[in-house]
Amino acid sequence: MSANLINLLIEATGQTLYMVAISAFLGTVFGLPLGTYLAVSQRGELLSAPLVNTVLGLVVNATRSVPFIILVVAIIPFTRLVAGTSIGTTAAIVPLTIAAVPFIARLVENAIREVDSGLIEAARAMGATPLQIIRKVLIPEALPAITLGLTLAVVSLIGYSAMVGAVGGEGLGDLGIRYGYQRFMPEVMAIVVVILIVLVQLVQSLGEWIAARVDKRAPKGRGQ
Amino acid sequence: MTNTMSQAASIAFDAVGKAYTKPGGGTVTALENVSLTVEPGAITGIIGRSGAGKSTLLRMVNGLEMPTSGRVRVGGHDVGASKGSALRAIRRDVGMIFQHFNLLSSRTVAGNIALPLEIAGVSSDKIAPRVAELIDRVGLTEQAGRYPAELSGGQKQRVGIARALATEPKVLLSDEATSALDPETTQTVLSLLKDINRDLGLTILLITHEMAVVRDIASHVAVIDGGQIVEHGRTYDVFTAPQHPTTRSFLSGVTGVKLPAFVEHKLTATRPATGGEEVIRVTFAGKHATDPMLALLTKDLGIEVNILAGAVEEIGTHPFGNLLISLPAARADEARAYLERHELLTEVLGYVS
Repeated sequence: MSANLINLLIEATGQTLYMVAISAFLGTVFGLPLGTYLAVSQRGELLSAPLVNTVLGLVVNATRSVPFIILVVAIIPFTRLVAGTSIGTTAAIVPLTIAAVPFIARLVENAIREVDSGLIEAARAMGATPLQIIRKVLIPEALPAITLGLTLAVVSLIGYSAMVGAVGGEGLGDLGIRYGYQRFMPEVMAIVVVILIVLVQLVQSLGEWIAARVDKRAPKGRGQ
Repeated sequence: MTNTMSQAASIAFDAVGKAYTKPGGGTVTALENVSLTVEPGAITGIIGRSGAGKSTLLRMVNGLEMPTSGRVRVGGHDVGASKGSALRAIRRDVGMIFQHFNLLSSRTVAGNIALPLEIAGVSSDKIAPRVAELIDRVGLTEQAGRYPAELSGGQKQRVGIARALATEPKVLLSDEATSALDPETTQTVLSLLKDINRDLGLTILLITHEMAVVRDIASHVAVIDGGQIVEHGRTYDVFTAPQHPTTRSFLSGVTGVKLPAFVEHKLTATRPATGGEEVIRVTFAGKHATDPMLALLTKDLGIEVNILAGAVEEIGTHPFGNLLISLPAARADEARAYLERHELLTEVLGYVS
């Protein structure tokens, strides 16, 4: 394999990591509060607001219904507004983030709804404000599930990032298509797939390791 | 931690009602016209079956549930009329412990006990010594850095108690706090509650479905059934002279005094024309509780008595006995009159021929 090709592979891996890392970070920044609010604004919950909850839920569902490749193209004007251009790796972060936010929000929502309602009651009995309950009870208690959810989101983003080649996003997926498919170099395609497998495996293992570290619910290897 | 009796607050339920609207329309009445004054500084038990409304009643004391009619006052504050920061201030004066402990799995023992202090805005340099003091008080010094998953049920409830005491409340609410514990652990948790009541003088209101819990620590008891208080008073009085059928059925569970099966099968409600035996429950209370009354009955009247089952126990410091006996039906009226003259309570259960 030529040195040129190796450089291309390294560069593409870097681009994929860059796109996934930034969009996962931004997705969490927006998705965590949105998901928390979706959980606590349900009828009868801490900040019950059924109407707002329904509307937000519809928006989230609508965004998640759009196939990613269509989303990429459909929001090009918005991408241009935010990133200054609609082409390139940085521009690709915009649709990736737009796809990540509702996905992460739903994962966070589910994680928070799993928290035992008895803990909320105990905190209310202590005189906690809703914000204190969210910060000191709901998020810390949901953290193991949130961590696993974010791992899932990152793995999905790695997959999505392969599609942003359509708008010049580059990265591993794009390299695989351009060289492996269009230039008839199946070995490039194979290497790209292997790198993606290794990436996903690493992300998954790291996520599970962190989740186990923050999960204090069951004693591990301490008997009983 | 201060130890003045003035810390205690009274709790007053005044014609309290709670009705829920069902999703399909119509209402369910959980509580109806409940009036009860809880003695400040005492331990009061509310006993009832599940669904009787005791949990709703308890949760009105700290405003986790609001009455739909009537008033609940804690230390003079009207809980139902309070909201926002005023309600949160009341809640800091009312500690609560739970059947399933409700500890944060993500925090250590010390972290769980610190939570109400953090919520109350206590500065972190004041939290640490206070937490250490509370951990010491409930005997968990060794476990301070452990997580709830590493603790036994009894230890978890001790954390719950320490947490509930953190903000120096005037009232402690206990929601079936020992129902998930084994009998031995139940005893240690109950004696801890008793100690706390004695040392801190705070008012304890507990709900339970076990008469044994009431017998062991409560000086006062209220029996709730179908959303209403059917009987209340000093525990000793209610135990020795229960008035309501619900109270009686709870008591028969706790005293464990039951007819042997071979007698129970033969029991009839009507007195046989001739011969036969009358089966009687005799409750010993008051000053004759420890007198050998059955021996005296045989000696004075010459009536022979069969003992079928019995037990003597203590409520607070007072002995209290329960005996099931049978004696010749022909002389039963005479025997019961003799026993009642000596301040024992009798109840005819039936006849065997």
